[in-house]
Amino acid sequence: MLIENWHQKEKLETKGTRDGFGDAILELGEQNPNIVILCADLAESTRTMNFQQKFPERFFEMGITEQNMALVAAGMALSGLVPFMCSFAVFSPIGNLTQIRASIAYNQANVKIVSSHSGISVGEDGATHQATEDIAIMRAIPGMVVLTPCDFEEAKKMTIAAAKYKGPVYLRFERPKTPVFTKKENPFEIGKAQILKDGKDVAIITCGSLVYEALLAAKDLEKEGIYAMIVNNPSIKPLDKSTILEVAKKTKAIITVEDHQIEGGMGSAIAEFISQNFPVPMEFVGIEDSFGESGQFEKLRAKFHLNSYFIKEKVKQVLKKGRVNS
Amino acid sequence: MDRIQLKKIANQIRQDIIEMIAEAGSGHPGGSLSIVEILVSLYFGGILKYDPQNPHWEERDRFILSKAHGAPALYAVLSRAGFFDKSELLTLRKINSRLQGHTDRIKLPCLETSGGALGQGLSIGIGIALAALYQKKDWQVFVLMSDAEQEEGSTMEGMLCAVQYKLNNLVGIIDANRFQIDGRVDEIMGGKTIKERYLAFGWEVIEVDGHSFSELFDAFEKSKTIKKPVCIFANTIKGKGVSFMENKAKWHSGAPNKEEEKFALMELKKEAEGL
Repeated sequence: MLIENWHQKEKLETKGTRDGFGDAILELGEQNPNIVILCADLAESTRTMNFQQKFPERFFEMGITEQNMALVAAGMALSGLVPFMCSFAVFSPIGNLTQIRASIAYNQANVKIVSSHSGISVGEDGATHQATEDIAIMRAIPGMVVLTPCDFEEAKKMTIAAAKYKGPVYLRFERPKTPVFTKKENPFEIGKAQILKDGKDVAIITCGSLVYEALLAAKDLEKEGIYAMIVNNPSIKPLDKSTILEVAKKTKAIITVEDHQIEGGMGSAIAEFISQNFPVPMEFVGIEDSFGESGQFEKLRAKFHLNSYFIKEKVKQVLKKGRVNS
Repeated sequence: MDRIQLKKIANQIRQDIIEMIAEAGSGHPGGSLSIVEILVSLYFGGILKYDPQNPHWEERDRFILSKAHGAPALYAVLSRAGFFDKSELLTLRKINSRLQGHTDRIKLPCLETSGGALGQGLSIGIGIALAALYQKKDWQVFVLMSDAEQEEGSTMEGMLCAVQYKLNNLVGIIDANRFQIDGRVDEIMGGKTIKERYLAFGWEVIEVDGHSFSELFDAFEKSKTIKKPVCIFANTIKGKGVSFMENKAKWHSGAPNKEEEKFALMELKKEAEGL
């Protein structure tokens, strides 16, 4: 699953998950003439500029009309095309939610909603550009698939899987360059989680580029005699219920880690399932009911308690909870 | 089909609307009655290409009811055109019905889109029109909007987009019945300048009496020759055909009681006798 020497962070190649999308959409464009892109004045940022150059007749500049963009995408999908509509999560899906809800989701239109900039990892642009509510919003929409990749390689496979899937999909990519630590040949499937590292004491269920921070935390914890399982959970909806259940039964303690509000995020999705099926102590790493701010993304992660240091703290908390309960 | 026949159909559709909404106990009679001639001219006047036996026929023209609260009128027209049995009309708004209060394409697949949230139909139509151009198809797209719906920001985004892409396969029709829930469209938000806005954005505007078949046909014919997006601004009467509903914001939504239903049907039947 993991590449060799994955723990040597300084030696790893770093690339944005949005770049994985950009590469994959270009490949898909060559294979399928029905794939079209709608762009809201962000071709370079969303990594669609290569597609634009290669397939100008299938690249539709929508300007800063995100509501119009969602509806045009719906109309194109109803006419047999496979539109990928691309922007930042704060603008789409948050800025055009009612259009996505009523005209894409309710129509079961085959539209892929792509965000290149999500979470506080957007960095220097600050809070208005840092979507930390989008997972909660999108996973509440009936029939919506919600996906987010842990690295560049997974982003590519995820984009290809989304194109093959018939129906609305929300793809949540990230801006910064982050370590590429999974193998090219790892399978990706909508509705599947992957155990990246085995462990018996606690499961860290995580998504996005923070998966790497969770791996680093797990490696450190081994020195303290704590063996954490790392579960990469790119398919927030549909959830891989059988893997999550198996993991809960084995470790009997879970923490979740994501670059998103704790309220309603990936961790909430896990908690909803676990509390009904196999309740175990849980802790959540995520944004704690606040807006982000400007700053280099790793510094923001430290400030907002989203790095390996805080993951380790939460692991210790959940283990304490487990002992009290038993 | 001659004008008398079209008028007879319009009259029958109006009776259907009254019966459906009365049976349902709720609905939007005013804005359903105002669009009858527009729908009848499209579906029975040879404007739209369609095949009720094959509702997803690739070459069909696409009609989108953006003001989807007018759904009873569309359902009555679609059933009369042969898309489904007339007996289904009285299931409107009832549990397990395919005829939802606002249109649902998954339940009723002969619809082009689901609808109900205002301001969305125009840009869906733009997406379909762009897909036609990209796929080199010559279907036409017709979007029927309300005048109040022009207040929605998304409608204005669509107005820009249609012109930017020089869509000559898109016709927007505005049912200008002049009333919305809280009162008169021209007193609520920007309703005095709808035509001016379309012109300023670069559309061709054709103004017609939305209850006159000859004016509607002339406008549809003319729209085919214009190489840019066309807005047919159709002046209509909210509640048209039922005297106590005409020009009353109150009848935007609501259902006639038994007595009102009887009176409305009596008026319409009397009108039919005169045709």
